[in-house]
Amino acid sequence: MSTAVTVAWDRLIEPDRVHGSLYTDPAVWDAELERIWYRTWVYVGHESEVPEPNDFVLKSIGPQPVIMTRDKAGGIHLLLNRCSHRANLVCDTARGNCSSFRCPYHGWTFANTGALLGYPFSSGYGGRELKSELGLAPVPRVASYQGFVFASMADDGPSLAEHLGDAAGEIDRLVQLSPEGKVQLTTGWLQHKVRANWKLLLENETDGYHPQFVHASIFAVADSGIGDLYGEKSTAVSRDLGGGHTENDLRPEFRRLGEPLRWFGTSPDRLPDYVAAMRAAHGEAAEQILVEGSPHVMIFPNLFIAEIQIFVLQPVAVDETVQHVTAIQFAGAPDLNRRMLQQTLGSVGPAGFLLADDSEMYERNQRGVQVRRPEWLVLKRGLHRERIDERGHVVGDATDEVPMRAIWAHYKSLMEDGR
Amino acid sequence: VTAVRPVDVDLLREVEQFLFLEARLADEGDYDGWEALWSDDGVYWIPANGDDIDPATQMSILYDNRSRIALRVRQLNHDKRHAQNPKSRLRRIVGNIELLDGDAGGDLLVGANFIVYESRERGTTIWGGRSEYRLRRVDGQWRMAAKKVMLVDNDRPLATLAFLV
Repeated sequence: MSTAVTVAWDRLIEPDRVHGSLYTDPAVWDAELERIWYRTWVYVGHESEVPEPNDFVLKSIGPQPVIMTRDKAGGIHLLLNRCSHRANLVCDTARGNCSSFRCPYHGWTFANTGALLGYPFSSGYGGRELKSELGLAPVPRVASYQGFVFASMADDGPSLAEHLGDAAGEIDRLVQLSPEGKVQLTTGWLQHKVRANWKLLLENETDGYHPQFVHASIFAVADSGIGDLYGEKSTAVSRDLGGGHTENDLRPEFRRLGEPLRWFGTSPDRLPDYVAAMRAAHGEAAEQILVEGSPHVMIFPNLFIAEIQIFVLQPVAVDETVQHVTAIQFAGAPDLNRRMLQQTLGSVGPAGFLLADDSEMYERNQRGVQVRRPEWLVLKRGLHRERIDERGHVVGDATDEVPMRAIWAHYKSLMEDGR
Repeated sequence: VTAVRPVDVDLLREVEQFLFLEARLADEGDYDGWEALWSDDGVYWIPANGDDIDPATQMSILYDNRSRIALRVRQLNHDKRHAQNPKSRLRRIVGNIELLDGDAGGDLLVGANFIVYESRERGTTIWGGRSEYRLRRVDGQWRMAAKKVMLVDNDRPLATLAFLV
């Protein structure tokens, strides 16, 4: 991208502050598409969304529409939604079950593996056979971890395992909350649109400083203890997991409280079937798993695991982002699942008790960064008390801006690596 | 149903007045007045991804039982409900009001279409759809036992919807 080289990343991103134009400049947006969204590993969908042979679902990689399919042999494919003939969209159905896609424009038909199956009036190509050369474009690299399907639009680069690094352990931590070791994303997605740059959302997901202020109303009227997890006295930590991945690790607080299922705001007597299934599956380890709860981790650039729900950030323009959100469901935990769905849909989406207020902040922030002075956003919080944990990760207090500094350092390394 | 049935005009007028009252209280942010229109077992529902999903297994935009309706109202009354402070300026038109057939355990089934014009700093948003109500007479007053709001665009990305629709 020619515009990318004109952005002086070094002058916009400093260790403890970033320039407001990073959220508004179309040249920055163009460069991000090429260097992040169409290059690094991006989360696309979950295998449980296409459980049966020939299932498909429409997904995205940034603004690009992608069809996620399961072929009749069970393999997962990511296909760009563009006919190889005249570039029409070949699929406009959100989800379904079909072994092939027929373009409505001239009737070209593609298998759910992407292969071109046929085209009408084939003698019009003078005997030349187009099938082998004109399939749907596959996303170059596709890989799964614990059913989470990621994609990279680059032909080569770090493996998914290298990309995830220690964030993979957080996905493991999520999955072990299922008695059967499986997450299922089967409750459908809300799509919440905000007039804000995607990085304002990315940074907010592991900002432990905002909850007591942005969510003051629901914490007050619901008599919620969540706010205390993100207070000055909280023993929770913010962590740089490497690779731009960040988390709010709430385990120290839940260990201190020592009550199973406190992380979900309930107790074992309310979910006896789930607790019994977890004890059967994990034995003595179940107690600790049930005390420590679910991760709060932002996997760069777009997968946010927020304890009981999954958010996927989809940037669609420099100043517009869609948050896709669904309730996590754990295989083998029907009683917990029902409550996770009801709690999730109360909290998130356009009318959510939490997310409506977050989204109001994103939009106010997008207007704010267009104000000309003082130009910079400050990332200094907790800089003086950063420390290194036993795994070598930088951590800070619950409300510190360790995650933001981690995100920006990784972002800068991607943007400066012109390749 | 492809034929117009005779209608109890007095009942229809009464129901219309009730729906107009609900609309005005919601538009004007009279949250307590609006909450008082609910029966003790009221359910307020805005489905997503279609109008006929199962709210027990699928995500809805909102699915409030009576205690969650009360929680929503308490939050709206709190000055840190940022998504409605300042309140959206709102006016809505409720029309195409019909008394519907069907067995609702003695409750009255009513359908209506609506357009809401919302203005806030974000800009102007127009919301449209159909609502279906279960209405019940409690101590001589009409009350909502259920309100299901079927937004025309409930399968697409939606802006923040923190007011009472």
